[in-house]
Amino acid sequence: MKIKLVAFGIARDILKDSNISFLFTDGKTIGDLKKALTKQYPEFEKLASLRFAVGEDYQEDDFELSEENEVVIIPPVSGG
Amino acid sequence: MIDIQLTAAELNSKTCEEFVASNQAGGTAIFIGTVRNQTKNKSVLKLEFEAYIPMAKKEMQKIAEQAMQKFDAIKISIHHRVGVLQIGEIPVIIAVSTPHRKAAFEACEFCIDTLKETVPIWKKEFFDDGEVWVAAHP
Repeated sequence: MKIKLVAFGIARDILKDSNISFLFTDGKTIGDLKKALTKQYPEFEKLASLRFAVGEDYQEDDFELSEENEVVIIPPVSGG
Repeated sequence: MIDIQLTAAELNSKTCEEFVASNQAGGTAIFIGTVRNQTKNKSVLKLEFEAYIPMAKKEMQKIAEQAMQKFDAIKISIHHRVGVLQIGEIPVIIAVSTPHRKAAFEACEFCIDTLKETVPIWKKEFFDDGEVWVAAHP
């Protein structure tokens, strides 16, 4: 499955880009994406947390992605 | 009534205070976050905030709606800034009016605590010898 990844904060530093096209073959959920992403970019595993948003809402590991979905990587937030 | 702003412009506590003013209010609590000059004994030169703006606004709205229900608030104003901030500047203001005093303090604390956990905003600290994304690593 091919999706569009959007990255902010330290996630952008890790991807070295704010927008990339990401292809993964094992599974189709957010959880599967997380596995594929951390395999390719091990730096993500060192973060205090790693969440994902689709449609401007947080989505859990079992959320099923569709081809060309825009998925936003949410590294640990630190507003306020 | 709820007022949410996420802006690069300077924040003003008076604006938030005026928004939450109400004849039904017995009290207003206002939290003003400020940029401090050090963290873990290291001098901070400046901060930079970035946000996933549409989602951040949505999450801020959710927090205000929850606080309205939970604490029976009359009005809530949450303003957050993005961009580069110098020491002493204000990244966040939360103002809440409620019929009674205690709920105003509690609602204000709930809003800032939840904002720090859920709203997609990221803060980078700049030091003499480098920069770091706050809270990124355990």
